[in-house]
Amino acid sequence: MPKRPDLKKILVIGSGPIIIGQAGEFDYSGSQACKALREEGYDVILVNNNPATIMTDPQSATRVYLEPLVPEILEKIIMRERPDALLPTVGGQTALNLAVALARAGIFERYGVELIGAARHAIEIAEDRLLFKETMERIGLPVPRGGLARSWEQALAISCELNYPILVRPSFTLGGEGSGVAHTGEELRTIVAHGLAQSPVHEVLLEESVIGWKEFELEVMRDRNDTVVVVCSIENFDPMGVHTGDSITVAPAQTLSDKEYQQMRDWAIRVIRAVGVETGGSNIQFAVNPHDGRMLVIEMNPRVSRSSALVSKATGFPIAKIAAKLAVGYTLDELPNDITKKTPASFEPTMDYVVVKIPRWNFEKFPGADTTLTTQMRSVGEVMALGRTFKEALQKAVRSLEIGRLGLGGVSDALVLSPESLKGSLERPNPHRIFLIYQALLCGLSVEELARWTGIDPWFLTQIEELALLERSLRGCALETLSSEMLLRAKRCGFSDAALAKILKTSEAAVRAQRTRLGIRPVYKRVDTCAAEFEALTPYLYSTYEADACEATPTQRKKVLVLGGGPYRIGQGIEFDYCCCHAAFALRALGFETIMINCNPETVSTDYDTSERLYCEPLTLEDVLHIIEVEKPQGVIVQFGGQTPLNLAMALKAHGVPIWGTSPENIDLAEDREKFTVILDELNVRRPRSGSASSREEAFQIAEEIGFPVLVRPSYVLGGRAMAICYDRSDLDHYIEEAVRVSPAHPILIDEFLQDALELDVDAVADGRECVIGGIMEHIERAGIHSGDSCCVLPPCTLSPSLVDEVRAVTKRLAQRLNVIGLMNIQYAVRQGKLYVLEVNPRASRTVPFVSKATGVPLAQIAAMVMAGVPLRELGFTKEPEPKGFHVKAPVFPFDRFLIDPLLGPEMKSTGEVMGSGRTLGEAFAKTQLSLKSRLPTEGHVFISVNDRDKPLIVSVAQALAEMGFELIATRGTADFLRRAGLPVRTIKKVSEGHPHIGDAIRAGEIQLVINTPLGKRAHQDEAAIRINAVRHRVPYVTTLEGAHALVGAIKALQAGLLRVSTLTD
Amino acid sequence: MALLALEDGKVFRGRAFGASGIREGEVVFNTGMTGYQEILTDPSYAGQIVCMTYPHIGNYGINPDDAESARPWVQGLIVREFSQEFSNWRGRVRLDCYLKAHDIVGICEIDTRALTRHIRERGAMRGCISSTDRDPHELVERARCAPTLSEFDWVSRVSCTEPYSWEEERSCPSWHIVVVDFGVKRSLLRQLRARAPHITVVPARWDAAQILALHPDGIVLSNGPGDPAILTEAVRTARQLIASQRCPIFGICLGHQILGLALGARTYKLKFGHHGANQPVKNLLTGKVEITSHNHGFALADLPKELELTHINLNDGSIEGFRHKMLPVFGVQYHPEASPGPHDALGFFEHLMETMTRAHRESTNVKVAHAQTP
Repeated sequence: MPKRPDLKKILVIGSGPIIIGQAGEFDYSGSQACKALREEGYDVILVNNNPATIMTDPQSATRVYLEPLVPEILEKIIMRERPDALLPTVGGQTALNLAVALARAGIFERYGVELIGAARHAIEIAEDRLLFKETMERIGLPVPRGGLARSWEQALAISCELNYPILVRPSFTLGGEGSGVAHTGEELRTIVAHGLAQSPVHEVLLEESVIGWKEFELEVMRDRNDTVVVVCSIENFDPMGVHTGDSITVAPAQTLSDKEYQQMRDWAIRVIRAVGVETGGSNIQFAVNPHDGRMLVIEMNPRVSRSSALVSKATGFPIAKIAAKLAVGYTLDELPNDITKKTPASFEPTMDYVVVKIPRWNFEKFPGADTTLTTQMRSVGEVMALGRTFKEALQKAVRSLEIGRLGLGGVSDALVLSPESLKGSLERPNPHRIFLIYQALLCGLSVEELARWTGIDPWFLTQIEELALLERSLRGCALETLSSEMLLRAKRCGFSDAALAKILKTSEAAVRAQRTRLGIRPVYKRVDTCAAEFEALTPYLYSTYEADACEATPTQRKKVLVLGGGPYRIGQGIEFDYCCCHAAFALRALGFETIMINCNPETVSTDYDTSERLYCEPLTLEDVLHIIEVEKPQGVIVQFGGQTPLNLAMALKAHGVPIWGTSPENIDLAEDREKFTVILDELNVRRPRSGSASSREEAFQIAEEIGFPVLVRPSYVLGGRAMAICYDRSDLDHYIEEAVRVSPAHPILIDEFLQDALELDVDAVADGRECVIGGIMEHIERAGIHSGDSCCVLPPCTLSPSLVDEVRAVTKRLAQRLNVIGLMNIQYAVRQGKLYVLEVNPRASRTVPFVSKATGVPLAQIAAMVMAGVPLRELGFTKEPEPKGFHVKAPVFPFDRFLIDPLLGPEMKSTGEVMGSGRTLGEAFAKTQLSLKSRLPTEGHVFISVNDRDKPLIVSVAQALAEMGFELIATRGTADFLRRAGLPVRTIKKVSEGHPHIGDAIRAGEIQLVINTPLGKRAHQDEAAIRINAVRHRVPYVTTLEGAHALVGAIKALQAGLLRVSTLTD
Repeated sequence: MALLALEDGKVFRGRAFGASGIREGEVVFNTGMTGYQEILTDPSYAGQIVCMTYPHIGNYGINPDDAESARPWVQGLIVREFSQEFSNWRGRVRLDCYLKAHDIVGICEIDTRALTRHIRERGAMRGCISSTDRDPHELVERARCAPTLSEFDWVSRVSCTEPYSWEEERSCPSWHIVVVDFGVKRSLLRQLRARAPHITVVPARWDAAQILALHPDGIVLSNGPGDPAILTEAVRTARQLIASQRCPIFGICLGHQILGLALGARTYKLKFGHHGANQPVKNLLTGKVEITSHNHGFALADLPKELELTHINLNDGSIEGFRHKMLPVFGVQYHPEASPGPHDALGFFEHLMETMTRAHRESTNVKVAHAQTP
């Protein structure tokens, strides 16, 4: 059946901002789907408010709406565009939930829109846990016992029928949000209450726990002809009880015999048919009892997912693209397999390698959060590695994580835990468990014992034991006398040169040299979907150590290598992948062969379509150099992938690799605080006073000289890690005692903190002669909040024209001095009309995609072309673009996952961002706030509690809110102050003053908005309780005065009800 | 150390596992990621050295239930890595111990992908694996001297010597099916037995008269090893069975080829065969695609006009199934019984049962009609 001619215009919904459980993988799926539909000649209308996506590029769709993903806005867009159909399956849970909401509101019927890809009833069966359970029971497939509860009383009744532990999962949430495992009635009560609050339909499922069972997933595709194929199986390394997004996972399944696998396959096919997913992909999860093989169906997602993105990358089978084509009427046998070009898509990929995915967590950003891994996902990114064996893939994955691990081996710290505490740490799933397992095996603990403690399958543990045994036999050997066979064996097991250097007590360079001497080097194999049965025409490669038969077959074309950004993490997210993709697009257009290296499966950069050649490899010096030796590119681009490739720049250059763009030395000039200070002084540019202290005494001395408050940070970490503002001596004392060690080897940097200063972000492109500014953004929060956590607005709205001119002048001077070729980002502060330079980053920044979307200028592409030697003048980019209207970028935080104090500071905590555009700042800001979980109220009670400094300034906010009909509530101090200003305020008790206090009021749903600026240390606990409560009960809160002002503007715009939808090109 | 030498002179170095010794045979690759136990014990692999393209083999051990015959039939096994320890609730024996116990030579740490690409490009060829003699030249020579699949009657080696009835639990309607054993897999028998109460397996050397004397309601020509073109006796038997028009006749894999030859089609050797569990087969009668299990190095071509093409392989367009336009005779090239592999094609057996029912009804009608004729 060919594509449907009755459809002309298709609406695609994206997944919105990057949040835990819904990250860049949906940009990959979404942009693939849009491309697939456009290929077929359809008009694609895209809605997604995440500016940092390739999906929202003007080329991705016929028209792109960067508008809030809420039903009322979607309805406006549908009304305006009148699409024939809506594809809801490529935008994660967000898109599915929106589709259901629109269907329930009758929007589709009203405007004649057809839901394609998944019918409403199929979505409802899959998403409604009870319906799903009933459907499975009807077709005779077993599911865990349990029931659905809408109240604590119902939950209690169900729990009587089950044995503890009991699993609680809310309906219609993503990433296991709000779920948990209760071991006691007490725990059950807490988890159920939380779960009910998290579920949009106020409903939780209680189930018998299958913790410790083996967990598997199948990715299934079905076409309208009822052909069903299983694209891939996945086995979770961590047994049931850990969310699959937080589990190490392995593809294909390793410990199932054909009989068991085929049964699972049969069941998966029955599930997709019974649920009624007529076309497209689904992910189905199973639990298997390791002792008797009893198998249960756990859940299904009737859409592309994190797993389907992983599987697409793992097998080369592009699930989202195929799903989009199936949705418009094609059948699997009509679609070609992209990799072989000769065989059809109606087959099941087979692999001749092993894929390992390891999640990347950021717990260090959330001190105090419990690191136990549960059914609620909390990782922020992941890495994927391919190897010919599990051992090789696992080691490659570990070193791809960029957490200072060289692989499993070569860790100098011996196991210091006692057997008892070791048992405790192993029983509790946590991010470090894999390393503890290795250490335990290295110390001689048995696989049986570890299997008992961890529930991890002995097959995996045996593989890790083989690595530990190999390390043991290598210990004490000297590199020079080590046999070639032994060294090759270690390399075949995935040991990196750096790890071997640690084990053999020598240097990485020495291991490399010895290897070169012995002729031990990797070969590259292709990912081909068919285990070499057919020829692979798409060069998607991974390294391994085999005798010969390298399949890289490099071309003789002029080529450029783009280094990707590695796993997503807070501070280095999708924005950098966006830039890498743009570099690839631009250079391809210039006629270069583009080569990409990245190990992050959640990206567009690892789509085999983005670059001409793709290597899924760790971004370490060793792995990158090997590829460069094979490919011999004319240039390597390191400034787009964030800190990851930049960290390699100097070493690559030392190996004679041609680095394009700003030289590594000049990048270093900007990054080294001391050298940079000299440059600023030399250019006569104002900067905060600063100093470097290598002892406690020195720290106090410098701080006194500069004058409190001061901004402190360790000199050896980047990206705002462990950065803090110290308002007085005791703060500094606390910082030195608790947060960081200070020593001559590890000095701390102390900067003057520019209190009450305005902050600016500037993105510019320079070609060595000229520098053109891409955009100047003004932060809504005052300096002191990490720029990634601030809302910013483009164009700046409170700066004087002379100051903006000064910003331009200084930017150009800095670009010239650092001889910037490519992108540059500068952070400025403005205090009392004076301009200060805070930071210069001669590389792609987090704001590049936002600026590009707001101005319509593809900055990263221009920068890439500049780096290839095309001057700005020739590219016609000579003038700073003028944006139309106002554009706001607002951060999205994961506090609901960690339940710690959501206070903002100099350390970045947000996972993603949304963009809002409007004719006024209020309208633009309102749009950014509209799609957040805690939606802005237009009426109700506002709780205000601010510190003394802010009190005079909050009056205007309070007054505006009162005039808009809000009722004001405050604790004593603030209430008195507002009353004196003539405002009507109700006083409420602080938490420390006894019940009923503000915490109770938030819990009871009596508060609709919280404005709370930090009052100082004494009140800290009280305030933290308020803010945590607000997060938990989804009450919007602001912790800065500027935020409060912006909110007032936004609420005004909402009240006026005049949000207008438009595309960026309208 | 162990060596794998191919007849074209290519030599791979690896490590020995399983039994030690030297074995020759045609080297084929199988792309299934699971099912090594079924593959080892599938009689169709007699005379062949099997290379598994999935790198970890032996992960779930060997269990008592999944064997396709009483013993492994492969000449040798080539893997990237075999599991020193297995993990599965049904697993009982380690793969290498099992191979050793059955005197099967294995070789591991081979770049199985390089080997697979070599065979894909150069075509199926004979090879020799050795853990004892390590002179590459000598081993290449041995590979060249080994009989090709067309030079050795592997069917006579794997077929049963005496007829037996296949009894395994369950009981259903009333048919008696005779299975001609060219190297039959137990899964095929199990699928038949799940639908018919009486299954008799007879040796490949039996002639048509012997078979028909059992009064079958249906005859299945089973899967098996080697080149169908050399099985002239079997082809003649098949021709006689068809001519007798006594009951429906079905062919699977080698049986399908024999049936085709008996009806006037031709067979040829595929470049490197189909061995795997992910092959898309399109049923031309329904338009549906099924993912099927394959294991064959030869295929049918030039179907005579009495035969209708019913199934094709979507990867290479090769013939996967036919039916006789007049008679209740049909065959499929793939393995509907799977094992290892997906169960998509189990409908084949339902079709087989329906055909027998219909044939029975028609023959009764004919008899009634005859009886009514004065």
